[in-house]
This record gives sequence, structure tokens and C-alpha cells, in this order.
Amino acid sequence: MADKYLDLVSRGWGKSAAKKLGLPQPARLRRTDPASVDRPLVPGPVLVLDDGASPAASDAVAETLLGWDLDVRRDPDELGKGKRWGAVVLVLTGLTSPAGLGEPALALGGVLRRMAPGARIVTVSRRAEDATEPAVVAARLGVDGFLRSLAKELRAGATANGIVLAGDVPVGAPSALGALRFFLSARSAFVDGQLLQVVSADGEVPADWTRPLTGTVAVVTGAARGIGAAIVRVLARDGARVVGVDVPAAGDSLSQVMNEVRGSALQLDITAEDAATRILEHVAERYGRLDVVVHNAGILRDKLLANMSEDRWNDLLAVNILAPLRMNETFAGRLGRGGRIISLASTSGIAGNRGQTNYATAKAGIIGMTRALAPVVAQSGATANAVAPGFIETDMTARIPAVPREVARRASSLQQGGRPVDVAEAIAFLASPQAGGINGQTLRVCGQNLVGQ
Amino acid sequence: MTSSLRPAVVVGANRIPFARAGGRYASSSNKDMLTAALEGLVARFGLAGERLDDVSAGAVLKHSRDFNLAREVVLGSSLDPHTPAFDVQRACATGLEAIIAVSNKIALGQAEVGIGGGVDSASDAPIVVSDRLRRAILRASRAKSLPERLKVLATIRPRDLAPVAPDTAEPRTGLSMGQHQAVTTERWGITREAQDALALASHQNLAAAYDRGFFDDLLTPYRGVTRDEFLRPDTSLEKLGKLRTAFTAPGSDNPTMTAGNSTPLSDGASTVLLATEEWAAERGLPALARVVDAETAAVDFTSGAEGLLMGGCYAVPRLLDRRGLTLADFDFVEIHEAFASTVLTTLAAWDDAEFCRERLGRDPLGTVAPDRLNVTGSSLAAGHPFGATGGRIVGTLAKLLAEKKAETGAPVRGLISVCAAGGQATAMILEA
Repeated sequence: MADKYLDLVSRGWGKSAAKKLGLPQPARLRRTDPASVDRPLVPGPVLVLDDGASPAASDAVAETLLGWDLDVRRDPDELGKGKRWGAVVLVLTGLTSPAGLGEPALALGGVLRRMAPGARIVTVSRRAEDATEPAVVAARLGVDGFLRSLAKELRAGATANGIVLAGDVPVGAPSALGALRFFLSARSAFVDGQLLQVVSADGEVPADWTRPLTGTVAVVTGAARGIGAAIVRVLARDGARVVGVDVPAAGDSLSQVMNEVRGSALQLDITAEDAATRILEHVAERYGRLDVVVHNAGILRDKLLANMSEDRWNDLLAVNILAPLRMNETFAGRLGRGGRIISLASTSGIAGNRGQTNYATAKAGIIGMTRALAPVVAQSGATANAVAPGFIETDMTARIPAVPREVARRASSLQQGGRPVDVAEAIAFLASPQAGGINGQTLRVCGQNLVGQ
Repeated sequence: MTSSLRPAVVVGANRIPFARAGGRYASSSNKDMLTAALEGLVARFGLAGERLDDVSAGAVLKHSRDFNLAREVVLGSSLDPHTPAFDVQRACATGLEAIIAVSNKIALGQAEVGIGGGVDSASDAPIVVSDRLRRAILRASRAKSLPERLKVLATIRPRDLAPVAPDTAEPRTGLSMGQHQAVTTERWGITREAQDALALASHQNLAAAYDRGFFDDLLTPYRGVTRDEFLRPDTSLEKLGKLRTAFTAPGSDNPTMTAGNSTPLSDGASTVLLATEEWAAERGLPALARVVDAETAAVDFTSGAEGLLMGGCYAVPRLLDRRGLTLADFDFVEIHEAFASTVLTTLAAWDDAEFCRERLGRDPLGTVAPDRLNVTGSSLAAGHPFGATGGRIVGTLAKLLAEKKAETGAPVRGLISVCAAGGQATAMILEA
């Protein structure tokens, strides 16, 4: 799905015209080159700033970044002439009052004009709910507002995201580091303006950050095309053995996708009563283990509620929420340590969308299901999370009429639609061992779509 | 040479839905379709990048450029390119013969794992130039000078330019396969009603198998086709009874064979994964059924002594006798429905004391109960792309056997008989 407008304003007269006319100027996003994963991790030196109250935490972050072979600076004026910052990390875990945010925020403001294209800003702060003191809660929630606004000011494919540590989870916890690396890397290209909670110190730093899923077995539903096929490819790139599931009628494209990644294809309708059992049996026989389940299969049956037929409502609910719910009854108890259930939600399920009462019901349901499932699977060391894509360039969105499609594309801070691989990257991160401390969360991959939170 | 035989097992199978000649696969070549069927098999069993010991496949209607069809298909697939492959051809028994060849290699210890299959496109059939034109062109290409070349080319006459299309007529009798079978049908007194009833059962059985998801792991859609195009779940004896007759025995005034009880010209491809039990077990793959034995027979149809498609009447008893088995020992019997009457004349002959005494020198074989015969339909409903039928039947029967074994826990046995042009037929026994 070519974004012709993006091509037009990326060079030559189109670029200068868009600038003069004040038209949106979407940038080409920095994405992972499968031949050189995470290299370079960021497009320039990394500046680490803090709130002045958490020196140990910011030292730990700087140490970690050095361990990743990054060029780390602590002084905003340290950047050489003509150079640009690849990323800025703000360690704000010691904030006790909104007053404390001023210094690091303004220091960051001073370097914003010298950010490289595709640069990253990452805040690390603590969860407001864990404090009771009004000034502390205000400071912590203040970071959220600051981050979301800052993300809207960035240009040239740069993004800003936040890591929110729950309770006393240390900055050096595997998932805090995992999230930091994910946000810094090209993997998070279309994640913008998001605050991701790390709820525990669980999880493990992978032996190889570029292939964290080595040795794991993953099942992806709806794997034949679009976002599902991209998920298969990224999970395989990260080292997983992947079983792709799709309805028998999609078998030809499913086999192409699965052969490409040397995985295997399972033709199965997930609305069948015994779907989960059959998947489990298949995986147990072939590979003897199951680590990751990705509930990606979904359908669209858009209609205004006044025109909604029973079939359109029921078919959609059956595939998009009832099937994952039923399958999880089987999967939840069977996933062991490091197990992952990752489901596809949607920004429609968060903000609502005209013509999608059925879809939004199901997708909001996914977010609820994930939240409720998290403590259950946590007992066996597994996690349940969701990813909520915004406007993604797929066959499905290509069918939206041209004008609303163009509006939807530009209605995000990155002023463009995401690609299936962007959603897949977020899922691969949540599937990884370093994401073991992230549980019950819904991560948006929407380029900071202007709707909802 | 190792003397201990280890039976090959059917691990699984994959085919594309069969389509009407000139229909949805009209622009697909044999290579395209066989590659699609193979790719589906590779995906189902996670074989991408694996080197297999051998692949055998063939087609009946074959372009001269496809002389190395199986190997070309392997090279275009996700299999390791170090996988060798060879072509086989035995008319409509091509697919079955390809499977036997790979099974035998496995049984002899010459291979651990391989694939047998077949394909045919009646849409993309080769059309050749006339013999006179072909000879003139070949002579011209050998000519040493331009004048000599022009002299040779000048011998070409306009009538030489007409292309020659293939047909299914037997070269030695000039009769079509349908005409041959019409003679046999009349000789055995098979009625129109009996043929239509068999055709109806084929459609109903195939439709029921689709409905219960039987083909979900035997079939991969192709070019938007998700079910066999010929399948008519809503056909009836009444509808079949209204069809005009299509084949008449020379001199007969009682034609009974119609388009409804004869197989249509079809396009399609099928593949079967065969291996030792150990190879399958190591990979956590199933062993649906063992390949026990096979037999091919041929009859003298040119003199009229026997019907063209009656080879199965001879191959099966020889196979049963060698194994000490009777028809009653089989839970499932798959007789390829070239025509409904092929199945009915074969069954009639096996149950006929005179035929069995005079032609086979033995007692009658008995009958096959309808609930064991072609229980998930056969070629009348599925279609019959010549080279692909063997793989379709082996995959189907192996799964039927595995299902029944899982259900009852008792050993089960299945029999296949596929008739072929040239008065031939190949039979096979599978066990689970």
C-alpha cells in the first residue's frame, strides 16, 4: 500500500511546497533492516538526563547503554559541532514534585533542534498509582502529560515514549531495560506518545538481543496475510519456530508465508470448539512445547448500528473476541514459565469508531480479557498483553474510500499510516524473555493517533 | 543389498482442489499446479529448507519442455535444492506409480523420506505440429546453406500447418476411452440407473467429507478455488437421469453413459509425503498408514478379449492372493471412478463365478459393501486430472485408515485400484 503523498513530500519540489504551504510532512520512518537487526540501535549519541534526585538510576541507565556499545553523554553541551543526538533518555524516577521536572524538561528542550531523523526520546518514571502524596502523584502524572505533548512536537520520524515502573521495580529490571531498548531501536518506529508499564522485575535479559526468541515455539492465528504474516516473519527473524494458523480457505497464502520462514501451516477455523486443543496437540506433537500464542485473526464487518444485521454482529464477535476467550481457557493453564499470550486490540476499541460498534466491542473486550488474564497466567510465570494498532497500511485499510483513508493516515503525530511490520515488532517485543515484567498491558502502535489516550 | 524391508508410511498428503478443464486453472501449467500442491505439503509438514531423498511425480498430458517436470518443480519449491527428483508415467496410474516408486526405495533402505505425486492439465494440453511439418523443420535446421534450407521449407504444404491436438483415443483401436468402456458396460449389462446411483453417492460422500472438515489437512486452495469444482452436493437421481448419453459402444442402440456418470476433463495436482516410521516419529509427524504392497496388471484389450479398463479385475486378485487376503479383509476400498460403470463392471466381475473361473482361475472374490466403497467420494465428484488421482486417493485412504484406527484401536486395511489407458491397472494395499 504505497503512501503516494509521503513519497511526494519526501523530496524535490513536493518537499518544499509542503513546507511552504504548511501541509503535513510525514517522514520515512527508521525501520529494522532484517539483515542488520538493531544495528545501529540509534542514529547518533545518546544523552542521559535526570531529575537530580535519582543519580543511581541514571547511572544504571547510562551503564546499560554503554554495555550496548552506544555513545553515551551526560552533558547536553557535549555534542560535537554538526552532530545530532540519536536519543535522549530522561530518568525521572526520583520526582517528588512537578517542580522537579522543569530542569530536565528544559534541558531536553535545548537539544530538540539537534535531534537526528528517527531519533528517540524515552522517559523513565514511576507509576502514579503507587504514591499517595498529592505532589508526588501530580509529578508522576505530570510526566505522562509532558511526554504525550512532547511526542506531538517532534519531527522527522522522531518519537517519544515512556517507561512507567510500578511499585519498587528497579530501573535495571529486565523489562525496564527491554522496553528501553525497544523504544530506542527501529523496532518501535510507529510507537509514539505511549507510556508502557513495567509491573514486575520478572523476565530475563536474552543471551542475544537480536534473536531473543531463539528456542521458542510460537503460534500465530490469521497468519496468511497482512499483519499476521508480518508477525510470523518478525517472530521468525527473532529466532522463534512459528506455526501459522488460518482458515482452510486461506491455505495457499498461508503456505507461502510459512515456507518463507521455514515454519509450518495449520489450516484451522479458530471458531471451532476444539480449535485450541487441536493447536496444542499439533504443537506438542511437532515441537514438544508452546511458548507464545498470538491472537491475531480478526475480521471486519463495518455497518452503522442502525443497519447492522445479526450475522455481521455475530460473525465478528465470534472470530474477534469469543474465539480468543475460549482458546485461552485451554492455553492459560498450559503455558509455563516465559509463556506469552498476545492479542490484537485496536485503537477503535479505545476511542471508538463510527460504523464499528461490533468491532470496537470485540477489541475493547480484548483489552479487558488481557487485563483479567494477566494475574491468572502470572501464577505460572507467563504474561498476557495486547497490542492496539492504529491506522495500518493493509489490504483491509486499502479498501477504505480515498478521502477518509487520507484523513486517517495524517491523523497521527507521525502523519502517516503504520506498516504491518510495526505491529509485528511490538508483538515480538512482548513475546520476548525481556518483556516478562510487562503483564496485562495494551501497547498502542498508532503513531500517536489523535484519538483516545 | 539389505534384505530387511521396512515399510514406508504415509505421513500426509496435499492436493489442490480439482478444477474444470478450461476453468480457473486454465492459465496454469502442470509445473505451476504441482508446485502449488508441493508447497502446501511442505508448509503442512514444515519441510522448507529440508533435503528429501527423492521426489517422484508425473503427468499424462505432458509438454516436451516438461521432460524433467518433477525436478523443475522441486527447484521452484521451498525444499532444499539438493533434493533429487524423477518423472514417472503410467497413464492414469501415474500418481500411484510415483508413490509406489518412492515407497519401494524407502522399503529397500535406499531412502528415508520422499514425496510421490502427479499432476495434469487438460486445459494446458500440448498441441503439436504435423509430422510432415516437424520433419521439414528438422531437415531445414540441419541444412548447410540458405538455398538448401529454402528448398526444404518449400516442401511444406498449407495442410501441414494445421496443429494436432491430443485426444484420449487408444492408438491401437482408435476408440475413445468412453467408447471402450461403453462396450464393457454393455457386455456386463450395467444399467443407467446403477451408474447414476454410483455417481450420486460419489457427490454425496464427497460433499459430506468436505462438510465435516475431512479435507482441511489434505487440501490447499489454489487460485481462489477452495473445493473441487465438479462437486454437486445438490445433484439427484432425477437430475442425473435427465442428462444426455455421451458414449455409445459401436453398433449399440442402448447407450447408458452420460457426462454425469463419467469423469470430466480436469486440472489439478496432488502430493503424498512418504517416510520411514522412524523419520516421522523423530519429527513428531504422524504415520497415517503403512504401504503394504502393490501390483500392476495389463489386459489384452486390442483383440477385444478384455475391456480396456478391466485391469483392476486382475491386479487386485493377484495382490490379494500374494498377501493371503480377501475382499472382506478391507475396511475401505477405493476404486477410481474413471466411469461409474468401470467401478460397477469391476465389482460385477469379481463376484462372477464364470469370470473368476475362466479368467482368474479361482473362486469369486465376493462383493464390496457400499459403506466401504469410495466413502468420501471419488473421481466422479472430485474430478480426474489423470496424474493427480493416485495422490488424491492415497492421501484420502491413509487419513480414513488413521481415523478409523484412532476410533477403534484395531488394525485397519484399505485397498486401492486405479485403471489406466493401455489396458492397465495398478492396485495398492495400505494398513494402519
